[in-house]
Amino acid sequence: MVVLFAVFLLTLLVFTAVAIVRTDNLFVAVMLTGIFSLLMAANFFVLDAADVALTEAAIGAGITTVLFLGALALTAEHEKSVSTVRWLSMGVVIVTTLILIYATFEKPRLGDPQAPVHQHVAPWYLEQTPELIDIPNVVTAILGSFRGYDTLGELNVILTACIGVLFILGGRRGKHLPSDGKVLPSTAHGLRRHLIPKVVGLLAIPFIVLFGLYIQFHGEYGPGGGFQAGAIVASGIILYALLEGEEKALQAVPRPVLMGMVIGGAILYGAVGIAGIVLGGNFLDYSVLADNPVKGQQLGILIIELGVGITVCGALLSIFHAFATRESV
Amino acid sequence: MNDAIDVLSWVLLAGGGAFVFVGGLGALRLPNCYTRMHAASRTDSMGSILILLGIMLQAGWSLATVKLITILAFLLLTGPTASYALANSALLSGLKPEKSQTDSAEK
Repeated sequence: MVVLFAVFLLTLLVFTAVAIVRTDNLFVAVMLTGIFSLLMAANFFVLDAADVALTEAAIGAGITTVLFLGALALTAEHEKSVSTVRWLSMGVVIVTTLILIYATFEKPRLGDPQAPVHQHVAPWYLEQTPELIDIPNVVTAILGSFRGYDTLGELNVILTACIGVLFILGGRRGKHLPSDGKVLPSTAHGLRRHLIPKVVGLLAIPFIVLFGLYIQFHGEYGPGGGFQAGAIVASGIILYALLEGEEKALQAVPRPVLMGMVIGGAILYGAVGIAGIVLGGNFLDYSVLADNPVKGQQLGILIIELGVGITVCGALLSIFHAFATRESV
Repeated sequence: MNDAIDVLSWVLLAGGGAFVFVGGLGALRLPNCYTRMHAASRTDSMGSILILLGIMLQAGWSLATVKLITILAFLLLTGPTASYALANSALLSGLKPEKSQTDSAEK
């Protein structure tokens, strides 16, 4: 039954991907990308990867779509039509596809316990997590503690991406601040005149942010963690920006605060690592943070997840504002 | 008792499925934007109510039911709002609702 459902979802994914490539209306393509991410999230969930599914749904289907729409507002709605068929690229794509399909013949079957991925370090993680860290969600234990270096690297990737986007797009900030009484572009008003979406949206925002905090601090016990929580809180604030207009959202969470969040979260993560060295352990060794090594691990994971959540939330909001405040060219 | 609950929940699930199917069919086949939107909003409201009620009967009195009620409340709040926002922006962007062909044929 699960296999049938997964095959159904994967078939839909293929159709969506083909439709994305074939359409030349970029708005349609953006919507289809959102659907693609949602299908992908459902597929992850079918495969019991609830953490990944949550991330995909929040970032892929939610925030990426908003960012694409923000970028689309700055450019044209239609793709430039290409009349000539590019035979070389077509050939490369076909050859790569055939190689990839051939490679799948060598793959182990779905859920095969003899598959190499289940023979390597995974059994060790599963056995040692209750002893060393004692939290129910092994995924959080792996991401936060066993693979803490990787997560620190991922966080720095997000930090770098945010800095890069701000360097490219954030240069012309402050052009239409409301203080000088200048007429704002119509998009800056948001949905202020539409009463029903506004009321319902404002009603939903506190619950969205609360749910984000739940995901943040419940990550040790259920699916979730800093990445998902940051994205959900950011989507709540982006909803506020869409409803009340750009400037109101910037008043609620000003740019300096956003910058502080982006940098502070990454520093918080790094500081936990340094604290490990100072207290006599290795970098990112949380065992020395408390009297009891297991308690220390739990404390360390809680703090680094908080750092991840703060940075992700700040970075997504900064990128959104960078797109939204830029005037159309 | 259990059989009765099972039968009831399957009736609800099948009914919800029928609404979703009709909604999907309508979204594909109806002639213009507003009628398609009308069909699609069936999926949002009746489809989700019936399906979630059916799942709730299967879950019994448990935490899952509380979560399902929360999801239902969220869907009932956001679904019609989304339909409204879509119809409103279609109207504002200049798409006039047109009379159906049967109406004009009768006159």
